[in-house]
Amino acid sequence: MLNFEANGRSITAKKGETILKALNRAGIKVPTLCYMEDLTPTGACRLCVVEIEGRPGLVPSCAYPVEEGMKIQTHSPRVVRSRKAIVELLLSSHPDDCLYCSRNGTCELQSLAEELGVRERRYTGAKNEYKADMSSLSIVRDPNKCILCGRCVRVCEEVQGVSALDFINRGSCAIVGTAFNEGLNISSCVNCGQCVNVCPTGALREQNHIKEVRDALNDPNKVVVVQHAPAVSVSIAEEFGMKPGRDVCGVMTAALRAMGFDYVFDTAFTADLTIMEEASELAQRIQTGGTLPMMTSCSPGWIKFVEQFYPEFIGNLSTCKSPQQMMGAVIKSFFAQQKKLMPENIFSVSVMPCTAKKFEAQRPEMLNDNIPDVDAVLTTRELALMIRRGGIDLDAIKPENADSPFGQRSSAGKLFGASGGVMEAAARTAYFLLTGQELSELKIQPLRGLKGIKEARFQIGDLDVGVAVASGLGNARKLLEQIKNGRDDLHFIEIMTCPGGCIAGGGQPFNADINAVTKRMKALYTIDRDDTLRVSHKNQEVQKLYDEFLGKPLGEKSHHLLHTHYAPREVMH
Amino acid sequence: MTTTINEIDTILQQYPNAQRDALIPILQKIQDQFSYLSRDAVVQVGQHLNLPVSKIYGVATFYNQFRFQPLGQYHIQVCRGTACHVKGSAAVLKSLKHELGIEAGQTTRDGLFSLEIVACIGACGLAPVISVNGEFYASLTPEKVKHIIVSLQRKANGEDSNE
Repeated sequence: MLNFEANGRSITAKKGETILKALNRAGIKVPTLCYMEDLTPTGACRLCVVEIEGRPGLVPSCAYPVEEGMKIQTHSPRVVRSRKAIVELLLSSHPDDCLYCSRNGTCELQSLAEELGVRERRYTGAKNEYKADMSSLSIVRDPNKCILCGRCVRVCEEVQGVSALDFINRGSCAIVGTAFNEGLNISSCVNCGQCVNVCPTGALREQNHIKEVRDALNDPNKVVVVQHAPAVSVSIAEEFGMKPGRDVCGVMTAALRAMGFDYVFDTAFTADLTIMEEASELAQRIQTGGTLPMMTSCSPGWIKFVEQFYPEFIGNLSTCKSPQQMMGAVIKSFFAQQKKLMPENIFSVSVMPCTAKKFEAQRPEMLNDNIPDVDAVLTTRELALMIRRGGIDLDAIKPENADSPFGQRSSAGKLFGASGGVMEAAARTAYFLLTGQELSELKIQPLRGLKGIKEARFQIGDLDVGVAVASGLGNARKLLEQIKNGRDDLHFIEIMTCPGGCIAGGGQPFNADINAVTKRMKALYTIDRDDTLRVSHKNQEVQKLYDEFLGKPLGEKSHHLLHTHYAPREVMH
Repeated sequence: MTTTINEIDTILQQYPNAQRDALIPILQKIQDQFSYLSRDAVVQVGQHLNLPVSKIYGVATFYNQFRFQPLGQYHIQVCRGTACHVKGSAAVLKSLKHELGIEAGQTTRDGLFSLEIVACIGACGLAPVISVNGEFYASLTPEKVKHIIVSLQRKANGEDSNE
């Protein structure tokens, strides 16, 4: 342990700990901008500078380890003046369009300017005039709003192992961009949106689908149907100032109806359907010597990752469409038949915690007779904006249930929102399919929590089954490399693109820390603990869908509507 | 293009088991041989060093020495040193960019001209000065620049028709 002094108070720190971490633990808040917990500190923005007695210059506390006996000032006039000047300099070349910016109210640069008392423009710099990159189906890049903090670059490289973005050029010409400064659409970007989540300004944002949805709602000839993903209901409350971890599923359903959506479905229903198909596919692969380990296919960022970085594993991917696409497919087939609607008159919207889902919905493989399964994808953030614009008070509205015929869901389907959830749901059903009995303990503890890679083994009949779960593509890469190097004890692998799963997806409320993500995860576990229907194979409406329409899992209709294929994708990487 | 890929391979083979610290020497060697860094070359270097292409592009654009388009038949170097600056090299550069329709570091579509900004080329007495394939043009004005470009274009066309 080391002892040091900050603002006259004595504080202890662990050896090797940075000044910033020790200060935060002691309840002293130092502003940061480029800092990201657990990633390489770069000391680029210098907002976290502190004054150390006996040193000539100010020191970035995020990158500087505590030394024994240091005497630190964190808010001396000199330090505060420097911080303010830094923000003023950043603002000198920043577009003056806060009122019109998508991050108005959630912008970190804006709140720092407020916190540091910036009230006038002291420096006027040249404004950049770069073109915004609108080429990606998921993400918009606007270099004019970029302050070069490098958070997107680091999350893309260190967490996701994708490295689609890096710094280009030098000095005043420096920008963040892709290889050869090409459009994101032809880069190695997997559309996960983690860069959007960490961007402090409006330089990175999702492709907005609100207009398309609003137009459809206003079109009398359209029947507008909406589905919402498992992770959305446990996160969206944060957008309305509620504490993280509150589940507002019923209220959100009511809000969607109030906004004019004709039918509201829970994607957890098709998560149950996915489990029926995927567990059957796994059982079939095991019994017929198919390609193992089988890998999940519900996370579209992961799918693109495999297509471009690891095409040799395409055969391992489950052919199941994701729950979003399955819901889209059954809405425009079975549901359309039941309600006597033409598929082209249905506008199918999904609300997702994800930016990559926008890309997935527009994949050519997801067209059925040239009609897309899903027409528009809103992120959790976009839905929150629409609810606010619609003048709906979540506190006053009464909770409602999802519509029939897809009105039931198991809590196993709901678990899809957290890393390990698909595996847990699949294990419950695969065990039943292979043995005819239920698992004695439905909760599978080793697959829960925020660890990057989780593993478990089960005995199913005579078979010793090995499963692994990874979230964050950097962790997925580690697992794939193990398999490439000959590891062969695994049968089934779940991969989620975002670290922690969809609860930490690229479309989720801004400024969420690890604590918020943990609470969202816990909310899903609580739903599962308290539910009476906890296994996908007992979902009555799923059974009905098979009886009345699909036939059986992996049957001909399923094959046509619920399964897909993938192909290697050539991008510069 | 296949020959190029093989030629780049030959360069890469001189760096077996290389780490990322070999990046700049490799890029320099490729540029020495081909006059620029092609996309294929950058991708190949990335595979060899196990580095993402975005990272290599980031490093290569950090330094002025690397180009991403082949040199033109006439390679124009514009001196932007102090003396030339005082004597009006900014207007000379502007005029060149305007006449050629390219930025520094680029090559015209017909492959005739490429443009590069250099620091002092040691001919301050001739300021503002440019060098075309090593030949110096002294005391320039935007007007003179136009004439030089036109006469170089004529020269190129004339040589073409003589062949």
